[in-house]
Amino acid sequence: MKRLIESTKILRSKNAGPLFITFDLIFDGDEKMKYVQERLTKKMIAEAYGVEEDEISIIAYDVVHSIKITFPRKHISGSLEDDDIYGCQQHMPLANIEI
Amino acid sequence: MKIVALNGLLGYGYSEEALNLAFSEKVDYLGVDAGSTDPGPYYLGSGKSFTDRSAVKRDLALALPKALSQKAPFIIGTAGGAGSRAHVEWLKEILMEIAAEEKLSFRLGIAYTDVTREYVLEKLESGKIRPMSVKMPLTKKDVEESVAIVSQAGIAPILSLLEQKADVILCGRVCDTAIYAAPCIARGYDAGLAFHMAKIMECGAMCSEPVAAADVMQGYMEKDYFELRPASPHRRCTVDRVAAHTLYEQSNPYLIYEPDGICDLTHSKFEQVDERTVRVTGSVFHEAEVKTLKLEGVRCSGYRTICPAAIKDPDTVRNVDYIIQTVTDFVRENTKNTLPENSYQIHFKKNGGAESSMGIILDVVGKTQEIADTVCALARSRMLHCDYEGRKSSAGNLAFPFSPSDIHVGAVYEFSVFHLAETDSLLETSKLCIEEVTQ
Repeated sequence: MKRLIESTKILRSKNAGPLFITFDLIFDGDEKMKYVQERLTKKMIAEAYGVEEDEISIIAYDVVHSIKITFPRKHISGSLEDDDIYGCQQHMPLANIEI
Repeated sequence: MKIVALNGLLGYGYSEEALNLAFSEKVDYLGVDAGSTDPGPYYLGSGKSFTDRSAVKRDLALALPKALSQKAPFIIGTAGGAGSRAHVEWLKEILMEIAAEEKLSFRLGIAYTDVTREYVLEKLESGKIRPMSVKMPLTKKDVEESVAIVSQAGIAPILSLLEQKADVILCGRVCDTAIYAAPCIARGYDAGLAFHMAKIMECGAMCSEPVAAADVMQGYMEKDYFELRPASPHRRCTVDRVAAHTLYEQSNPYLIYEPDGICDLTHSKFEQVDERTVRVTGSVFHEAEVKTLKLEGVRCSGYRTICPAAIKDPDTVRNVDYIIQTVTDFVRENTKNTLPENSYQIHFKKNGGAESSMGIILDVVGKTQEIADTVCALARSRMLHCDYEGRKSSAGNLAFPFSPSDIHVGAVYEFSVFHLAETDSLLETSKLCIEEVTQ
């Protein structure tokens, strides 16, 4: 078992507009990407972020050995409850998932 | 055809050497994106820019004479950061200052893209509003409370102003891609390639190594392909960088959603042409049956006062939730006869704490600034001296980094509208005008 961040070259979060948060996992090669792709489930992500599984989209983008994960923000960017306007510090729960 | 992106955001800077190199060849169009919703709803609400005036002036002042000397139309998207009329006027004033100082004459085209509450209400009532997320439906109240609403236009207003021979095009809220896709489409190039190139170029030299939003990018559009090469000789475009760029800030790396339709990258191919240049082929555009404008609106939610502080005692950190509850109850009790009901919200924004210390911001938003001040001061003093079981550091719970400890942040805005509006004409929200600037 390894933390997800240990298998990736890039692991980042960012707004995809103020309503969505998107995560990019970029791998060194196809093999590492496939390994994670086969094991990382919506359930794991839902548990890490407290969101519903059916809100989560996972798309593999093989061109650059990457996986994109997107789901609606719990709090819209800039709402009174929000504490990360750009959404670029939301990646740690994902980074800590053990694969 | 050669199109140049000044950088990823007007006011973020770029290398003058790179600009000069870009203009050492014939340039057909120059573009720059001047806005984003990333910094949040405040800027649209307040009419202020998140970029600095003098930095914006510097970026424009170097570029404008270059564009005019080559008769390359200069397209500026989402003026002033959020693209409302106030933002367009702010940027126009800077442009006029430069024109006067540099003795420049040109034909200025402006596209205002603000919409009224009535416009949105009519769309809502006729069932033409589509939510972007199920978590944010649109109600009549949301629209009525909005203090500013803009429509994110596509290529249509830029196409129209190019047709009217504008030398400089100043846009309200437009899609970042429209800045670079419109001139390509105006010249008859393929829309799929045009939107794909535009999507990459709008971030300046972000798709190069070393990565930088703050530098000049060059796009070369041909019949069946486009090529990207950074203007700075110190940077290079690589297949990985260019291909990876459509991951950035997008929910789907294969599909770019536009008011006019969808740019589909499923069959795009990327090829390293030389050390610094990447060629792209195969991107396709599917026109939408029903066109949509994205609407962005904000409401004013009150006035904010904050108090940043730190807790450095692990014992206090362990008791922080008890302290927060005690403070919250105390503030409610002590203001129940003096402040109107529901006149404030208080949030304790905690950071860290897993180890030994915690940063915490007391964040109060009140119906007025005075209410926010009152609540913040009460919460701050109560939190400083709140007792808990086994407390040894009985002189105070909080380290304040500043005096005064409480800071006015001012008006607070939240997104009230972030929806798509179906339309028969993508020009219906654009108010276009042409002005001759002469010295």
